[in-house]
Amino acid sequence: MQLSKTGKRTISAIAAVFAAMMLLLALPVSATADEVGAEFENQIIGNVRVAGEPVEGAKVSVTGNGYSVSTVSDEEGKWSVGVPVVGVYEVAIDRTTIPEEAPIEEFGPLTRQVEFDLTSTVIANYYFGEAEREEVGILAQFLTRLVYGINFGLMLALASVGLSLVFGTTKLSNFAHAEMVTFGAVIALFLSSLNINPFLAILLAVLASGAGGLAQDVVIWRPLRRKGLGIVQLMIVSIGLALTLRYIFQFFIGGSTSQLPSLGGETFNFFGTLTLSTTDIASMAISIAVLISFALWLTMTKTGKATRAISDNVDLAAASGIDVDRVVRYVWVAASALAGLGGILWAYFRPGIKWDMGEKILLLIFAAVVLGGLGTAFGALIGALIVGIMVETSTLILAPDIKYVGALIVLIGVLLVKPTGLLGSKERIG
Amino acid sequence: MDWIQILSNTAESILSPVTFAFVLASLGLALHFGFAGLLNFGIAGFMAIGAYGYALSILRFGFPWWAGILVSIAAAIVFAILLGAPTLRLRGDYLAIVTIAAAEIARLLFLTNTFDDFTGSASGLFGYHNSFREANPLPDGFYGLGPFSYSSTDWWVRIVGLSLLIVVIWLLWALTRSPWGRVLKGIREDEDAVKALGKNVYAYKMQALIIGGVFGALGGVVYALPSAINPTVYVTSLTFFIWTALLLGGAATVFGPVLGSIIFWVLQAFLTNVLPALTQDGAILEGLTSQQGSTLRFILVGIGLMLIVIYRPQGIRGDKRELTFVK
Repeated sequence: MQLSKTGKRTISAIAAVFAAMMLLLALPVSATADEVGAEFENQIIGNVRVAGEPVEGAKVSVTGNGYSVSTVSDEEGKWSVGVPVVGVYEVAIDRTTIPEEAPIEEFGPLTRQVEFDLTSTVIANYYFGEAEREEVGILAQFLTRLVYGINFGLMLALASVGLSLVFGTTKLSNFAHAEMVTFGAVIALFLSSLNINPFLAILLAVLASGAGGLAQDVVIWRPLRRKGLGIVQLMIVSIGLALTLRYIFQFFIGGSTSQLPSLGGETFNFFGTLTLSTTDIASMAISIAVLISFALWLTMTKTGKATRAISDNVDLAAASGIDVDRVVRYVWVAASALAGLGGILWAYFRPGIKWDMGEKILLLIFAAVVLGGLGTAFGALIGALIVGIMVETSTLILAPDIKYVGALIVLIGVLLVKPTGLLGSKERIG
Repeated sequence: MDWIQILSNTAESILSPVTFAFVLASLGLALHFGFAGLLNFGIAGFMAIGAYGYALSILRFGFPWWAGILVSIAAAIVFAILLGAPTLRLRGDYLAIVTIAAAEIARLLFLTNTFDDFTGSASGLFGYHNSFREANPLPDGFYGLGPFSYSSTDWWVRIVGLSLLIVVIWLLWALTRSPWGRVLKGIREDEDAVKALGKNVYAYKMQALIIGGVFGALGGVVYALPSAINPTVYVTSLTFFIWTALLLGGAATVFGPVLGSIIFWVLQAFLTNVLPALTQDGAILEGLTSQQGSTLRFILVGIGLMLIVIYRPQGIRGDKRELTFVK
């Protein structure tokens, strides 16, 4: 797709910062075998084994998105290739570089497609012959996916608790909520293109997201509540708003994927398959800290308690002297700020920022909220963790490009079997 | 700016297969939402099922083109039953979430590499036209007037599309005036009252879901008739665009969806031609790239959808007394 002029400038500015930081970063990281494209954050890694024995010197080539490289496996049979953009790549192994007597054709195709979706690393293993998977171990693979799943689930939780609270207090199924996820990331991208400190940029982007929520409530949602629109009408208005915002993002950043500047730090490797950067670990810590403080706000403060009271019964809450409009405004600010933060962290996790990134997880956010129980913040938190872990671990059995299918089936299943979700109260079934 | 060319391109969109596909799908949605009050947000899924059902039965099973259409209809009926059987008892906005998720599941299964040999995954399906084009009674050549000049193949696509359209419009018109249609409207207005009259509400809703779903699938077939099937078409945005066309024309009417879809595509075609031209030097939008210019039209769709729902929820042709939006 064609890039806009401003988009190009932004991206090249970011790419420059990014390249400089990666250069500093690349020095202390120990190199494995033949490192190709180690300067890129997105890696395709794999193992080549015949009958459980590592194959050294197997030639693996990676092509896709206008990029083509090849590498050879090291003495442990491992290889890794960095690629500039996320997307679909074709991985091919050269038959002539594998011992000839190995009957490798029986064990699957030599060329396969891999796709980056939510993580910065994808795995393309070539195990030929018996002893398949013994070396990496199903347990290690599972633990790897579990950790990625928890990380993704925490980001999903940041986005989900807000959607759930908005639903609880205003009965709006807000389809535009995922656009606030994109909004946070896009504002962070814009601010970091101004060459301010990336941490300050993130903080400002979260504040801007909160302000965006406030503006939405003041300009759109409060007047419409006053006007007395029905819940279906409000829902379709939120769809219109989602389309509007989504294409406004495309207007400004174009159709391509942009990257936030790297925050520096190191990359750690656990049991061969799990790689976590300092950013990943910090991101999980931030998510947990923010979610805990949000939970404390909900349970300890007067406004938090009022929020839950409105979710339970809006008329009763209003009758007992709670200013519903004021509390709803706080909810919009908090929900949007949390979604924006989730978007920024997700932009590092995926990695990359795209105009429709929010839309991609909208249904996962709904799945999380419905699973936990519509209108309950803590339910959304649990639901998000379950959905995140499920999406990531399902890739052990399912192809990566249908890993969302499992989550969507759960979404439908929960609505059928227990529409109140895990923590919902009975009266909300309707 | 070449206004003649722009107006000609715009006029052409009235007879474009995509417009026909939108009319068919929005007629299905009119039956679902306008007449039965069902919040179906999975109409893109029905269209995908229709398109893939048509192409796959020709490509993989060697069916003739008319049998492909019958397979699409059958597939849409099965999808509607699978979707409706467990969900029609759910509250409105829950049904919306379930249908949107089901449509995404269908799309992801068509898109995945896992079934590449059968569905063509990301590259979609093509080359299923032989049987359809052989059935073309028109002699080879180029016919038409002004902007409406097409080859005989293109005319054949439009004739079949238009014929399907007329049958579906007549069917919807007849159905909504029948006693069956009156019960359906009753369910939309007050489900409990209709139940109290001894009607099987669930069965009526299911029938509406199936018939409307078949209309949607026929829309998918017409979408697939001229060229190829591209899985990136059947995203949730398609559903939202069809909702926009429906609500613009009037959800609880027969001719509203037709009018709404035509206006939607005429406007789209007009803006597609005009906006990039306006970004040229000296024009109003100077300084924007032509890409940005054409993105503007989708921003306008979103704003338009919001304004319609807020200020004229009954649409252009609708009657405010028909309570389409339940509080």
